[in-house]
Amino acid sequence: MIQVSNLHKKFGKLHVLKGINEHIEQGEVVVVIGPSGSGKSTFLRCLNLLEQPTDGEIIFEGVSITDAKNDINVQRQKMGMVFQQFNLFPHLTVLENVTLSPIKVKKMTTEEAEKVAFSLLKRIGLEDKAHNYPNQLSGGQKQRIAIARALAMSPDVMLFDEPTSALDPEMVGEVLDVMKKLAAEGMTMVVVTHEMGFAKEVGNRVIFMDEGQVIEEGCPTEIFSNPKHPRTQDFLGKVLK
Amino acid sequence: MEFIAKYHSFFITGTAVTLFLSFFGVILGVVIGVIIALMKLSKNKVVSVLASAYIEVVRGTPLLLQLYIVYYGLPRLIGIELPDMTLGIIAVSLNSAAYVAEIIRAGILAIDRGQMEAARSLGMTHGMAMRYIIIPQAFKNILPALGNEFIVLIKESAIVSIVGIADLMYKTDTLRGITYKPFLPLIIAAVIYFVITFTLSKLLGIVERRLRAGDSSI
Repeated sequence: MIQVSNLHKKFGKLHVLKGINEHIEQGEVVVVIGPSGSGKSTFLRCLNLLEQPTDGEIIFEGVSITDAKNDINVQRQKMGMVFQQFNLFPHLTVLENVTLSPIKVKKMTTEEAEKVAFSLLKRIGLEDKAHNYPNQLSGGQKQRIAIARALAMSPDVMLFDEPTSALDPEMVGEVLDVMKKLAAEGMTMVVVTHEMGFAKEVGNRVIFMDEGQVIEEGCPTEIFSNPKHPRTQDFLGKVLK
Repeated sequence: MEFIAKYHSFFITGTAVTLFLSFFGVILGVVIGVIIALMKLSKNKVVSVLASAYIEVVRGTPLLLQLYIVYYGLPRLIGIELPDMTLGIIAVSLNSAAYVAEIIRAGILAIDRGQMEAARSLGMTHGMAMRYIIIPQAFKNILPALGNEFIVLIKESAIVSIVGIADLMYKTDTLRGITYKPFLPLIIAAVIYFVITFTLSKLLGIVERRLRAGDSSI
């Protein structure tokens, strides 16, 4: 579904991604882990071109999105993204947050879009907040709305950029529950996270990154119980105390 | 009182002209200001330099001079005679646009980068994200500064009286000549200007509070 070849990203002199090759399959839940500064968020943000890769190619559903000839806005409609800082639109109500893009980009009628929005809000248990503004919600609620907002475009893949890192500990669970449900429904997901429990339980594949490279990858049980590379061992030793 | 009863029509027509000029001056100033702000933020270097140059020149030269240039120069430049009022509105709004552009630009830059990213990640184009996400939020933040600029424009519009546009200031001067009263007409004009700007300031306060509706937190 997403084919990444020889992906490089430089910020000035800083070489953040040093040649990533990955293939993300339909229905797969890929969890990207690694120490901070390892380039995992940059990697994720390159997948929908929020960061412009310096070199390399990304092919999404047969279309090369790194080729400037292809309209990235069309491809992004099929790639949902969830951010660490939620990035809900504070001047719009929850319902407007969820329906704006379907109405403006997909040209749905307001009625249709609201129907979709309410069914999504119901799924995440927040239909009663439809007419609230984001600032009236807790962090966990905001992030669940952000997930619903991305899902409203019925994407083929969901990208999560440390979705629980900005949350109070007691709210992490509610967001992870929504993500688990999503995975169980067969959504293709790429998740950058520090939640090792989630990676173990839900991930089909774990990618360990360090210093802009993929050091090791494999099925979660193998990576967590039997890491081969010393850097993976070192990292997991620190986070899985 | 007797004075007002006798000459009130001067103040009424003068005020009407000042309000008309200010209203269209503000509208045109904001429209041009938004365009210049977006130009200055453009990735295209030529476009951005043009906008910067415009802002610097307008801010760096006297309004009176700009008024003369527009009033005497513009009709010759385009070869069309324009009504005095139109020229007055153009001069005032072109001046205001430079200040409005800087206010808007600062407002846009103050919006968190994540807002643009979230909008783009949902498939919106840059233009849509600006229109539906960035500018509405920026507008809310800059409303106090923008309101201040509107008030400045209303007051400074008095300068058009110099080229003979019959606004409140012009009528006031006329009245001083007719009546040989040097002082009273000025006081009345001052009160009228103040009432206009004070009302506007209060109205903007109400709009601001409305727009802040979504900001209340739990």
